[in-house]
Amino acid sequence: MRYAETGFNLEIDLTRGNIERVETDPKLTELHLGGLGTNAKILWDRVPPETEPFSPDNLLIFSAGLLVGTPAIGCNRTIVSTYSPQTLLMAYSMMGGFWAPELKYAGYDKVIFRGKSTNLIYVWINNDKVEIRDASHLKGKGAGETAELIRQELKEPNAQVAAIGLAGENRVYMASIEQGRSSASRLGIGAVMGDKGIKAIAVRGTKDINIARPAEFMELCNDVLKYIQVRSEKPVPGVMPILAGLGSPAEMKLVDEEWHTQNFMWGNSRERKKDYWNKEIEEKWKETQESVRTRLISCYNCPMKCGALISVPGISTYMMKCFSKLTYTMAAFSDLDFGFRIAQRATEYGVDGFSTPQVMAFGLELYEAGILTDQDMAGMPSDNEGRFYWLLDRIVRREGIGDVLANGTHWAAQQIGKGAEAYAHNNIKKHEQLPLKLGMLNPVYFLMYSTGEKINITQIEGQFPQAPFPTMEEREDFVKDWIQVPDEKFKQYLLDWELRGERSNPYYPTVEMSCDIVDWMERMHYIDDALGMCAGLSSFPLKPPYHIHNYPAFISSATGMDIDEGNLWEITTRNRTLVRAINVRRGLRRIDEKPPEDHWKKRFPELEEKLLDAYYKFKGWDHQGIPTKESLQELDLAYVAEDLEQRGIIKNEQS
Amino acid sequence: MSKVKKKVKTIKIDLDKCNGCRACEVVCSAFHAKPKYSSNNPARSRIRLIRDPLKDVYLPVYAGEYAAAECMGRGKYVIDGKEYSECDFCRASCPSRDVFKEPDSGLPLKCDMCEDDPAQEKPLCVQWCLNDALTYEEREEEVEEEVKPGDVEAGLESMVDKYGLQKVIDTVARMAKKS
Repeated sequence: MRYAETGFNLEIDLTRGNIERVETDPKLTELHLGGLGTNAKILWDRVPPETEPFSPDNLLIFSAGLLVGTPAIGCNRTIVSTYSPQTLLMAYSMMGGFWAPELKYAGYDKVIFRGKSTNLIYVWINNDKVEIRDASHLKGKGAGETAELIRQELKEPNAQVAAIGLAGENRVYMASIEQGRSSASRLGIGAVMGDKGIKAIAVRGTKDINIARPAEFMELCNDVLKYIQVRSEKPVPGVMPILAGLGSPAEMKLVDEEWHTQNFMWGNSRERKKDYWNKEIEEKWKETQESVRTRLISCYNCPMKCGALISVPGISTYMMKCFSKLTYTMAAFSDLDFGFRIAQRATEYGVDGFSTPQVMAFGLELYEAGILTDQDMAGMPSDNEGRFYWLLDRIVRREGIGDVLANGTHWAAQQIGKGAEAYAHNNIKKHEQLPLKLGMLNPVYFLMYSTGEKINITQIEGQFPQAPFPTMEEREDFVKDWIQVPDEKFKQYLLDWELRGERSNPYYPTVEMSCDIVDWMERMHYIDDALGMCAGLSSFPLKPPYHIHNYPAFISSATGMDIDEGNLWEITTRNRTLVRAINVRRGLRRIDEKPPEDHWKKRFPELEEKLLDAYYKFKGWDHQGIPTKESLQELDLAYVAEDLEQRGIIKNEQS
Repeated sequence: MSKVKKKVKTIKIDLDKCNGCRACEVVCSAFHAKPKYSSNNPARSRIRLIRDPLKDVYLPVYAGEYAAAECMGRGKYVIDGKEYSECDFCRASCPSRDVFKEPDSGLPLKCDMCEDDPAQEKPLCVQWCLNDALTYEEREEEVEEEVKPGDVEAGLESMVDKYGLQKVIDTVARMAKKS
């Protein structure tokens, strides 16, 4: 019997219309756990590096994490992996919600799509019965609307549906996959789904997920529940309210947006409004938020309330995640009411709430600069909010200038030329980043922005505070119950970290410490992504219930494999290195690992080179960021080394 | 029938506090797995969340008595502008729908308040509901003494309804002979 996992994947060939249920190799679970780990293994083995994202040979993998479907609290993530049309690298966007557990109960760990359907279809997975069904009647429908129509059509109110909207159908690079109260938004995976002709995947399952050592496992779950209760009553002092608790930043619950509105940039990541927040705005926003928010909601098996049902009078109810509340508002220099309204349309279209507002603000900036002309913008209304709606409609339909903007700021700027490149100023690896522009270089964040391969800073940061605490008293208080550290030395790093002087940014944390800190933080995300655990209870917030010390017991008691911290460390290194190898094979090099030039005002080129050198070495990579033959061999990835050698990547470039 | 004093266990359900996470379903099915916690599967849960997010319908319902036939109830309730069907509130394991039935056998499920040896402090669904949508209350009441059918009896009753008494008797007799 297989424990925690089902031991089966669904392989769906859309070109031939063939569906197979394939038993998986338990050895791969030992090597990679599941989720992102095994997705990476499949992509490496089966998709050659020359494959275009919109080729029938590209795979689109929907995976539940290893512990999804077990009672592990907050473990509900779907990890979607493919090659991204935006970055051309591996994409592994993820979503919470309810879909992945349902897939496990239907008896599958993953659904792997290959080929392409010539007409629009949806897939209906109902335990052992799996069908490819016509979706021509759903063409052009919103993502949420599609889910409702499919549930009605199947007469199955309990089916969980992951769907794309118009943006995905039209292969917009910012297209998301929407599901429940969540979405897999980054890196254009909705466009790959649309390219394959898949409108939606509906799933219903009524089978058991087994636990190897039940009593031990349940005790750990109960400990986590207890910890969540205690931690909820003890917000971390001295950090902004949205980061003091667990879960994703509590944007739906809290109204206080002083930090985001005054520290993040408005428009096309341009303008910081240092004195924006005041009593009057707070009251107005409070009224707006409370008048449209009908309920705070969660994902599967999680006591947090990170999402909300939003009902703006006159438009359909929708479910909002966290930060999309502000991205449209701030890109358009508008207010919260506008943000809630346009987010409804954007969610139905199925677009990434991080990139899309920036792309629209970028378009308007080009227009103001005279790079885009009246002819390009023919038909655009004159009012500010109206322009954003107009641009959104053009982009998701790929009409006129929308067809160019639909490729994201990096590619659009190249297409437009005439100096437009300078306006695509907030990208890393060709992808839009959070609109943050800061003063002093932070060495830890420099490394995370540069080397992260999930493209989003929120998917690598987390465990170590973003800034030093001003007083020693606060620091001592913070480290007192900091049980999550993998090593006591991290406490000392924090205790010694000052706001000013010798032991402050950018030279403190030192290069060596920065490597340790980044490695720890990223590692926790890689564990979560293999298990399907929500970062909101684990790798993202300070002092979370899941950490390196209790994870081995969770995994061991659920699966029956006996792994300790050392083993887990090794598996995670293997998964991280494999993702790096996939991207290296697709051309990723040191030159791509650069935060936007204007991210910090004060830059330190020499220090930055030192940081990158040291971190690469720490990770077992060479000067170009390519994993060395030796480090690959140590991680049971000799076949990867061999391939990279055959392609001349290791031999020619490693010195 | 005589009156007896009895401790009545109740679960209070506050719909406004439900965040829709279904932890109640997860832990219920895990607790009732054999061996305990060895598997879980919300389809086997004795509490189900009737859920229609976009209409803001979040309604946890406990499995009650087995019903052999559908009833006439097809009414609609509108509460706070939200529409519920009469069935939404019903606790019966009944032929009209697939909740409160074992997914493989179709045998009826019923909430037993997690009666256990040693006794649980509270039913597991209440323990796992950190948002207090489910809270546990005990009170003393004078009730008519009655013998309630156990799990086996309720299960057999549903088998009899489905296959007829004679077939069940024959099958049990044949199984008894074999063992």
